[in-house]
Amino acid sequence: MSKEEIIQPQNLVYQKPRLMNDNPMHYCPGCSHGVVHKLVAEVIDEMGMTDHTVGISPVGCAVFAYNYLDIDWQEAAHGRAPALATAIKRLWPDRLVFTYQGDGDLACIGTAETIHALNRGEHITIIFINNAIYGMTGGQMAPTTLMGQKTSTCPYGRQADLHGFPLHITDIAATLEGTCYVTRQSVHTVAAIRKAKAAIRKAFENSMAGKGSNLVEIVSTCSSGWKLTPAEANQWMAEHMFPYYPLGDLKDI
Amino acid sequence: MDTSNQDILLMKGNEAIAHAAIRCGCDGYFGYPITPQSEILETLAAEKPWETTGMVVLQAESEVASINMLYGGGGSGKRVMTSSSSPGIALMQEGITYLAGAEIPALIVNVQRGGPGLGTIQPSQGDYFQATRGGGNGDYQVIVLAPSSVQEMADFVDLAFGLAFRYRNPAMILSDGVIGQMMEKVVLPPFKPRRTEEQIRQECPWAAIGRTADRKPNILTSLELRPEAMERHNIELQAKYRQIEQTEVRLEEVQTADAEYLIVAFGSAARIALKAIDMLRAEGIRAGLLRPITLWPFPTERIAQLAGQVRGILSFEINAGQMVQDIRLAVEGRTPVAHYGKMGGIVPTPDELVQALKQKLAK
Ligand SMILES: Cc1ncc(C[n+]2csc(CCOP(=O)(O)OP(=O)(O)O)c2C)c(N)n1
Ligand SMILES: [Mg+2]
Repeated sequence: MSKEEIIQPQNLVYQKPRLMNDNPMHYCPGCSHGVVHKLVAEVIDEMGMTDHTVGISPVGCAVFAYNYLDIDWQEAAHGRAPALATAIKRLWPDRLVFTYQGDGDLACIGTAETIHALNRGEHITIIFINNAIYGMTGGQMAPTTLMGQKTSTCPYGRQADLHGFPLHITDIAATLEGTCYVTRQSVHTVAAIRKAKAAIRKAFENSMAGKGSNLVEIVSTCSSGWKLTPAEANQWMAEHMFPYYPLGDLKDI
Repeated sequence: MDTSNQDILLMKGNEAIAHAAIRCGCDGYFGYPITPQSEILETLAAEKPWETTGMVVLQAESEVASINMLYGGGGSGKRVMTSSSSPGIALMQEGITYLAGAEIPALIVNVQRGGPGLGTIQPSQGDYFQATRGGGNGDYQVIVLAPSSVQEMADFVDLAFGLAFRYRNPAMILSDGVIGQMMEKVVLPPFKPRRTEEQIRQECPWAAIGRTADRKPNILTSLELRPEAMERHNIELQAKYRQIEQTEVRLEEVQTADAEYLIVAFGSAARIALKAIDMLRAEGIRAGLLRPITLWPFPTERIAQLAGQVRGILSFEINAGQMVQDIRLAVEGRTPVAHYGKMGGIVPTPDELVQALKQKLAK
């Protein structure tokens, strides 16, 4: 059989999402960001929302998300993405508005904007990449860094008396009256990727249905920041992060 | 309040701003309470424009959030505004430099109070530097309008939006507690409908509102890591600022034709100066007033001209002396330049200004 005979629509099992362009990604091998970008691109396209979607990229490794997904974007100041999204959604209620933020962006410098946008029940979706570290700036301690975890600013491991405790921001979000859907997912296996995609789809649909605010946490790897190989990073995440940040829906109404 | 007609009304400057916003097609207001400007949000909340014009009004969780709501709203092509007073404006500076960097239009109203720090709730003009020097990080400028009456509070809303969108740049109305709180006669601007989606697409082809099949994605960012590209962006910004300096200077002159002494004052200080020049002239001292209406772009050229005519220039500001630096740069030593002002929320009287001019210049 020739190549042309094999490449037929009925044989297609995988293709690059149409909204993802060919720009080479700056993400490290093994990083979860790229997979989540792909899921977001697929869901927007499958919902037919390309011409009605505005994404807000954060300050963090995903600052350049706008280089990879061919939709309209605004790049927010560190932590402020939910404020941008609030205004855009209120001014353009028929748009799909989402933010895409890391743990430092969302759960540290932008805690106020995150909590208040969620608590007001803004009809937006926040995609939250929790890699327990500041990836972009070279691996410093994050609000979600685990107890004992070593980073460049807690080189002997996070300890309570010096650094306080990891922040369960997603659990807090689930207690807020403005949220309708709060879930914690991961993308370390094919099955997990499928679930994460379904979660993003549900969150986006809720946003368009005006049901309230949506938070989709993706427990993620940062192999460079953690100083592990991609395979080791997946294993470390499963062993150490999942017990602390268990996967599943925290709220779904 | 029924403000649908063109009658002469009596209201506070802060209230006038709110009514003017509803009337000039403003799409959204985002703000956080602080004295002496809370009447702006309160008036909007009482007027419920979301039921009439469709304007969004939202009390944000902080000034940091407000200014970033402007970044989002302005980036989507909408006419959005916030208002605050000095400490709140200080908190907004990061957002303002992002607006300038990404070239997003928005309107910021500062009803100034005294500082530094939490300072006082009494009036001041102490934020002149912050407004005209950018205030945040990087090389950028904000278009700054200084109203000196309740009428101008109303009129400058539409003017500021027009400038902000023409130049894709943040614009500021730099007022103070005197103008914000005082009641005065005002005729509100005529109603102008909010723009339709079609009109926004035409006016703002750069707006991030969803990529249609006929164009590339619109990406609003202030980030650029390639030095050459970042330099190019900065050069373009500077060229825009030079163009604004050439075309948008606004000022008012009173009795400058035969003036031997010039008072330069803006906002509420200019009202005091008006009275003072009459008092000085009654004493035989020919004083005149130049009132910058745009603080940036500053009326450098006109002040330089007048420097050749007068025997001295007094910068009268309700602060420790900030605009006086711009006057000195304009004058380049050709005539004596002095400053008079008070701090702490104390507004000088015309009589004090007369004495100051006599002591400092007309000796
Ligand atoms: C106001 C401000 N403070 C600090 C920084 C520096 N900074 C850039 S990214 C970052 C941390 C991002 O970490 P996170 O949000 O977890 O995203 P990640 O890179 O891990 O995906 C910091 C502190 C900044 N750009 N702006
Ligand atoms: Mg992180």
